[in-house]
Amino acid sequence: MKSKNFLYSQKVAPYVFVLPFILSFVVFWIYPLITAFTMSFQDIGAIKSEWIGFANYTKLLKDKVFLIAVSNSAKYMFFTLVLLIPFPMLFAVLMDSNIVKAKGVWKAILYMPALTSVVISGTLFRLMFTEYKTGQMNLITQALGLGTYKWLKNGWSGMLALLVLACWRWTGVNMLYFLSGLKAIDTSLYEAADIDGADAKQKFWYVTLPLMKPTTIYVLTISVYAGLSMFLESFMLWAGNSSPNNIGLTIVGYLYKRGIEKNNMGYACAVGVVLLIVALIINFTQLILNGTFKKEE
Amino acid sequence: MRKKIVSILLTTVMAAGVLAACGKSSAPAAEGVAAEGGAEEAAEEAAEEAPAEEEIPTSTFGDANGTHLEMWTFVELHGQHYGKMAEIWNEQNPDRPIEITCTTYPYGDMHTKLLTSLEAGTGAPDICDVEVGQFPNVVAGLDTWLVPLDDASAEYMPTMVPARMQTYQGEDGHYYGAPYHVGATAMFYNVAAMSEALGLSQEDTIAKIDGVVTWDDYTALGQEYLAALGDDTKFFTSVDTGGTDWLWLAMAEYGDDWTGGFEGPANCQLDSVKNMLTMQQGWLKDGFAMISPDGHVDLEAGFQNIMDRNIVSFPKALWYMSRFTNYMPEEKGNWYIAKCPVFEEGQKCSVGIGGTGTVVTQQSENKDLAAEFLCWAKMSDEGEQNIWDTLGFDVCNTAQWGDDAFAHDDNNQFNQFFINYPYDVLNEIGMNNIGKISVVAISPTINEYVCTTTLNEVLEDPDYSIDDALQELQDAVDMEQ
Repeated sequence: MKSKNFLYSQKVAPYVFVLPFILSFVVFWIYPLITAFTMSFQDIGAIKSEWIGFANYTKLLKDKVFLIAVSNSAKYMFFTLVLLIPFPMLFAVLMDSNIVKAKGVWKAILYMPALTSVVISGTLFRLMFTEYKTGQMNLITQALGLGTYKWLKNGWSGMLALLVLACWRWTGVNMLYFLSGLKAIDTSLYEAADIDGADAKQKFWYVTLPLMKPTTIYVLTISVYAGLSMFLESFMLWAGNSSPNNIGLTIVGYLYKRGIEKNNMGYACAVGVVLLIVALIINFTQLILNGTFKKEE
Repeated sequence: MRKKIVSILLTTVMAAGVLAACGKSSAPAAEGVAAEGGAEEAAEEAAEEAPAEEEIPTSTFGDANGTHLEMWTFVELHGQHYGKMAEIWNEQNPDRPIEITCTTYPYGDMHTKLLTSLEAGTGAPDICDVEVGQFPNVVAGLDTWLVPLDDASAEYMPTMVPARMQTYQGEDGHYYGAPYHVGATAMFYNVAAMSEALGLSQEDTIAKIDGVVTWDDYTALGQEYLAALGDDTKFFTSVDTGGTDWLWLAMAEYGDDWTGGFEGPANCQLDSVKNMLTMQQGWLKDGFAMISPDGHVDLEAGFQNIMDRNIVSFPKALWYMSRFTNYMPEEKGNWYIAKCPVFEEGQKCSVGIGGTGTVVTQQSENKDLAAEFLCWAKMSDEGEQNIWDTLGFDVCNTAQWGDDAFAHDDNNQFNQFFINYPYDVLNEIGMNNIGKISVVAISPTINEYVCTTTLNEVLEDPDYSIDDALQELQDAVDMEQ
């Protein structure tokens, strides 16, 4: 009788349903987070570790390579936001309109890259951007009479390669987010706008855009974090974690370099904690500015 | 009642789903790391063989009633080597048979798992492969973690290449790792292209190559070739901006070591390094050498560059032979392997690059047996034969080098591929002429700075001051030591 009450209790049931998530969140997120935080104040040795206070952090502030990594990650994040929010939104609106034919095909084409492994696509992009004359990019520049270019050895072109890879891979995914946001907009609002004499542009500005705000904020939030934590793309593009003059080094790449390649876990944890703090600051700022935390009126 | 069952079912499915998703989320990272073997002097043999799939291949070999040994590797082919060796062992030692289970993990996963289990004091296998770049992390635990192999390897030691055994030595002087290969650096020459340009027969071209002793001779030969060819889009060799092979060779020739070994401190402002970089800057200015496309010759663009005959010679460790058979099969019969030139006559002319040391852990319940089996499987006649046949490495036991049936076996793919027998080159070099550069805790820092910054500065701009570049390198290294 008691167990029946328990299972049917409206107070308990929600907790039972969220329990799997809470459990995995605690075990796989909270626990490592706390450990990483404590480890960032230690020198992790082979046999024993010792407390060294803020030494890892003070070293980090003076570390030029870390600053390069932060600036690369920040640039990458900024450009992915600029490219991967407006364009997917535009594509989603087009897919939702009557202008485009064979929508299924277009959606599939745009979404397909997200299903390929980054390991494979990164390798393909590395071959496309090779400085050798047989790479796709150099074939194009040669056809234009510009000669070959060392794409992956210069700062701007290295970033370009990363952004092309990011756009190729994530446009379809973000488009799907926006599509689902569009579907949630009540069609009667458009009808009302039609009656009021609004044109397509006005409908987009005054109906679609404001009502898509929750989706946009969601995409923005995950893109900020995804941009800052990018690693595998750069790792594959330069066939390893070392790029000329560190043009492709990201914060997580630096964390991997310190933690795995140099087995300096304490320092790597400090890098990770900084990444977390930066991502939280940016995201909280944009969420507060967007009014997400305000009470619904 | 039905509602209750449904609710329980739902909860279970959700929990399972969440846990499964968690398990999966680590997969992409692991895949990426598996491919890391391709990065420069890191696990050269791991490069293509490392499994990218999610499932972990496990195979058990030998006698089910025998002593059980657990073995981890990051290259499936290595596991098969031990499987084959376990079967031969059981035939030879019917009184103490063994059974060995080999598990192949992706590169990064395996090393992280090994370090974690060694630190935790439980969960480590009996035997484990450790890539040379990761070796300093593992050997840091000395005999608290690992079993010294001094006794088990004693009978093979007189003929083992000393530099290779020293690579896997601990700070206390004990040997903790058994090597697969020498990775001896030699010069690869495209004799077909050179004969054509010089208008000489194959024998005459080879005679010219054999006449090269110093880098000056090498430069003279190259200039003769380039003058005969008269094509300014072609070069004699390519220099690396993303690999340290040339610099390692230079250091080995002068007997230098920029890491300073276990005692340290690391000193990168060495004359050997300066001499090599100065020579390379000169070559770039003279149109004698080009910069290896994408940084070094061990990448797709490098293979294409070689096949397009843009370069006709380069120094590389002998394991590069498998790149020819795998990626440049059309080049069969064109290439000749020779000793590397030296700065001054009488210097060492080779250096061991890359490699994997196999260790026995203190957590093993059968340490002695594991160590004896391991050393036998990697150093004995039977072991070396199988390493050459299945893995295609230049073996470390020099007793095999002069054995005609071993070294001159015409069924071997590498013996067929090259104009001369690779082991003849090794014999010519001699086991004491192969230098060693230590791989210690500071090594990744040096390699990384050299490959990301120093070489790009000095070679992409041949007028860049080498002294300035090396000073910057030293400053970066000093920050870490």
